[in-house]
Amino acid sequence: MKAKVHVTLKNGVLDPQGKAVEHALGTLGFAGVGEVRIGKYIELELTDDAVKSKENIEDMCKQLLANTVIENFDVEIVE
Amino acid sequence: MKAAVIVFPGSNCDRDMLVGIEHSLGRKPEMVWHKETELPDVDFIAVPGGFSYGDYLRCGAMSAHSPIMREVVKKANQGVRVLGVCNGFQILTEAGLLPGVLMRNAKLRFICKDVHLRVENAETEFTNKYTAGQAIRIPVAHHDGNFFTDDDTLAALEGNGQVAFRYCDENGNVNEASNINGSRNNIAGILNEKKNVLGMMPHPERLCDAQLGGTDGKPMFDALVEALS
Repeated sequence: MKAKVHVTLKNGVLDPQGKAVEHALGTLGFAGVGEVRIGKYIELELTDDAVKSKENIEDMCKQLLANTVIENFDVEIVE
Repeated sequence: MKAAVIVFPGSNCDRDMLVGIEHSLGRKPEMVWHKETELPDVDFIAVPGGFSYGDYLRCGAMSAHSPIMREVVKKANQGVRVLGVCNGFQILTEAGLLPGVLMRNAKLRFICKDVHLRVENAETEFTNKYTAGQAIRIPVAHHDGNFFTDDDTLAALEGNGQVAFRYCDENGNVNEASNINGSRNNIAGILNEKKNVLGMMPHPERLCDAQLGGTDGKPMFDALVEALS
């Protein structure tokens, strides 16, 4: 069993890296790309039944995986 | 004053901090490895700059959960003075001792140069040897110093006198041109509500000796020594 965690910047938080990538894609000739936002994808292998609840993973996000001042997180648990 | 400097894997300004403190104090602070679970009996703790844990996940995120940080948070809550410089500032925000977050510099470049700071609050034990509005010259060396916080927290910081330093030009003018990294309101350093914790991106410990090119950092350590003696 795995948890897939996406960490993304909150709306309104500037993303200069995303802006640079957006600009680079334009330079490469890829038309039609609007705003680019960069986030993180974290995969956790869950080996103990005790941690398999979504609440548990959300706790991990709040305490370490994401900085909730600027980031949102999304947790998906898959077989 | 009894002082300690916390050392993490990847700290690289810990020795500069030791020398800076020693210069004002006349003796060496204790160096405390991050895996320790107890602090010596100190009244000043410095969290130095560097690239602790290689900046993995987010700058300061791993170090904020090192065993010694529990003690640092406990002592800070008891009123012990804590100074976090550069990576130390990032660690203090991740540990929840200071609000906000230090994001990637707005222009994505690592910035390593001397900058000017306007002293905003000269009534704290860290800053009372400066005068309010004074422009001091202090070096920066960081990639992630872009201070961000939400509007409400920013208003509270401004309203409570928690802004210690702002990036300015050599005449003390705070404007967009002097905002080196995109920080909100040009903020270079902030205090907690009780004013016993200071976090700042610039490195005062690097300019404490005329032979190193300047002494604008020294009044901070002189002020702490005087307050805590």
